[in-house]
Amino acid sequence: MLAYLIRRLFYALPILIGVNVITFALFFVVNTPDDMARMQLGVKHVTPEAIVKWKAERGYDRPLFWNDAAPGAGRLTQTIFFTKSVKMFALDFGRADDGRDIAREIGLRMGPSLAVAVPVFALGLFAAISFALLLVYFRATYLDFAGVVLCVAMMSISGLFYIIGGQWLVSKVWHLVPISGYAEGLTAAKFIILPVIVSVLAGIGSSARWYRTIFLEETTRDYVRTARAKGLSERLVLFRHVLRNALIPILTGAVVVIPTLFMGSLLIEAFFGIPGLGSYTIDAINAQDFAVVRAMVFIGSALYIVGLLLTDISYTLVDPRIRLQ
Amino acid sequence: MMFKPVLLWSDALFFLLLAAALGGVAWAARVEHLRVAWRRVGQSRTGMAAATLLLAFVAVGLLDSLHYRERLPGEKEAYAVEVRSALDALLSGLRTRTEKTYSAPLATHSFAKETLDAEGGGRDFPRLKYGGAHLGDDLAGQGADLLVRTVQGLGIGMVAWLALWLASAPLRRAAPGLAWNAALVTLLALCLVAGPVAALAQGYHVLGTDKVGQDVLYLTLKSIRTGLLIGTLTTLIMLPAAVFLGLLAGYAGGWLDDVIQYVYTTLNSIPGVLLIAAAVLMMQVMIDTHPDWFATSAERADARLLALCAILGITSWTGLCRLLRGETLKLRELEYVQAARALGVSDLRILSRHILPNVMHIVMIAIVMDFSGLVLAEAVLSYVGIGVDPNTISFGTMINTARMELAREPMVWWSLAAAFVFMFALVLAANLFADVVRDAFDPRAAR
Repeated sequence: MLAYLIRRLFYALPILIGVNVITFALFFVVNTPDDMARMQLGVKHVTPEAIVKWKAERGYDRPLFWNDAAPGAGRLTQTIFFTKSVKMFALDFGRADDGRDIAREIGLRMGPSLAVAVPVFALGLFAAISFALLLVYFRATYLDFAGVVLCVAMMSISGLFYIIGGQWLVSKVWHLVPISGYAEGLTAAKFIILPVIVSVLAGIGSSARWYRTIFLEETTRDYVRTARAKGLSERLVLFRHVLRNALIPILTGAVVVIPTLFMGSLLIEAFFGIPGLGSYTIDAINAQDFAVVRAMVFIGSALYIVGLLLTDISYTLVDPRIRLQ
Repeated sequence: MMFKPVLLWSDALFFLLLAAALGGVAWAARVEHLRVAWRRVGQSRTGMAAATLLLAFVAVGLLDSLHYRERLPGEKEAYAVEVRSALDALLSGLRTRTEKTYSAPLATHSFAKETLDAEGGGRDFPRLKYGGAHLGDDLAGQGADLLVRTVQGLGIGMVAWLALWLASAPLRRAAPGLAWNAALVTLLALCLVAGPVAALAQGYHVLGTDKVGQDVLYLTLKSIRTGLLIGTLTTLIMLPAAVFLGLLAGYAGGWLDDVIQYVYTTLNSIPGVLLIAAAVLMMQVMIDTHPDWFATSAERADARLLALCAILGITSWTGLCRLLRGETLKLRELEYVQAARALGVSDLRILSRHILPNVMHIVMIAIVMDFSGLVLAEAVLSYVGIGVDPNTISFGTMINTARMELAREPMVWWSLAAAFVFMFALVLAANLFADVVRDAFDPRAAR
């Protein structure tokens, strides 16, 4: 097991390097730092001095890969590639345009992101599984049909409308919770409850329908027929046998997103004013803060790779037939 | 010439796509198993109803893709800078009748109070320039006028439907047994909605006007093309790469397989939104630093739309590629492929004649399944600020501008509601159609 994990980690490394190279190419090769400076400083009236200053402030004034001017190992390290891309592996992301340290900012903003994302994940999973189970219990009836229609209809509504509708109805018409904002500690609950409900509602359509097909596929298995043949009630068959077996693909499928919960949700955080990593990313996109976007791409990919690893491990935990070697 | 036709890149690709779709239909009609599968789609009532609705959307999108530049009056041959489309020409009334600012659906007065300079003065809701202008000062007659126009519209819709019913008779005779009734009922519903809307739109703003007084109905109709393009061109752009690499990885195996797997795992591990954000930011830098590349603003917006499709395509081809690789791995070991290889058929020929046709159903399912997700993604991306050009009319930009208006008291709800209804109809139809197609083509489904 340990040997497998170590090997998987080594396998993850080239992928992370690949991500790094892609982002590097995207940010520094497609457009030169001069182009970026001109764009940020306003295209028309830019003096060469302003561009030089902008590049120097951000450390973009070095050569891309090879610095002839620097002594010794500096030829490799005093380059954009080393300072901007390689250092990311040491979680050194440099500074944002407002001068703050990106790594520190990420540490601060993780909490609020998790405060929303974890309840959304847990509640969403629970709600979708329950709903799917309900539909399967009443399968091939009008209730099932209506439920599937509802799922498809809910899938067809843009997430934006859930957020806007929720804010309008709950905050503006009913005055139950503040429209947006965030507070530390227990008072956070009143700010978090609406985003959580809205995200769960927005996601339930597609996941409940997907889980329903998994459950239905499971009900055609032989062990289900055996369970029915020995006279178990339909409810017992469903909750004791089908549910447990169907949970394997559902839960192992959900594991992959757990690490990415740290990243928060762009839309939800932007709309509800939650100072998490999602809104940090959105602000960076709008302010065209390239350093922050680059850092978020790297962290997001790293977390996703961790998620893939966790998925593999979770397979062995729930299904003893699978051995990792 | 009264006008000069303009072929934007996205138009060309859209037409190419339609031609490919028609070609695909012709091909499918000759191949037995595809014909059977499509027939199954046609026999489904949901499938036919959804297809009818989608065709209506495509018709609007197609009209909006026939671009031209109008000839300016005068002796010299000169053409206007703005690029218009056939849809603009059809809806020229809607496009030109702009008010000053917000007005509610079917309103005769503006939404905001203004200081009037007429005698009596004071602040009041000013009369709209166009909305209900034909009523003159006789505002009491508005109710009757609305009723008359609605009834007229219903009549027109009914006549239009009857005409379509008659026109489609040969088609129905040619392919009996399909769920034509569902299609006709959908068509009737469409006609009965479109008729009154068209009749009312002659004298009113049916869906109100937005902040700068543009007709919301016009904006929503224009949004359809953007949504369709994003939903279809993205798949078109990514398709060749996904199919080629997927087949190659599965068939060749060895280091090629490793490299291709590595490439798509890497791309896949970058969170989609972030990769799109990074790429769009870079594209923006490129477009902004090279203003000389584009002759008109329409061309710039068009280039940006296409670039967005390409970026979305890069982030979304990995799933299809993986599916195709897996399927090819499986097919490669089947007896008929082994036999072909033993007979000395070249690899290229095996791939194109024996493997490609047998993975086409996966491709087909992927195309229809991706469509609705992409339309939804466009709205979100445009909201985040990494979507289409802000001057391109799209559902995302509509929602984005309408969002702030909800905070007004009383609320400006109509642009949001209009975007919601149109988007919901488009995505719902696409989702339903995709489900029917998947069921019909999925070999695992019970027959």
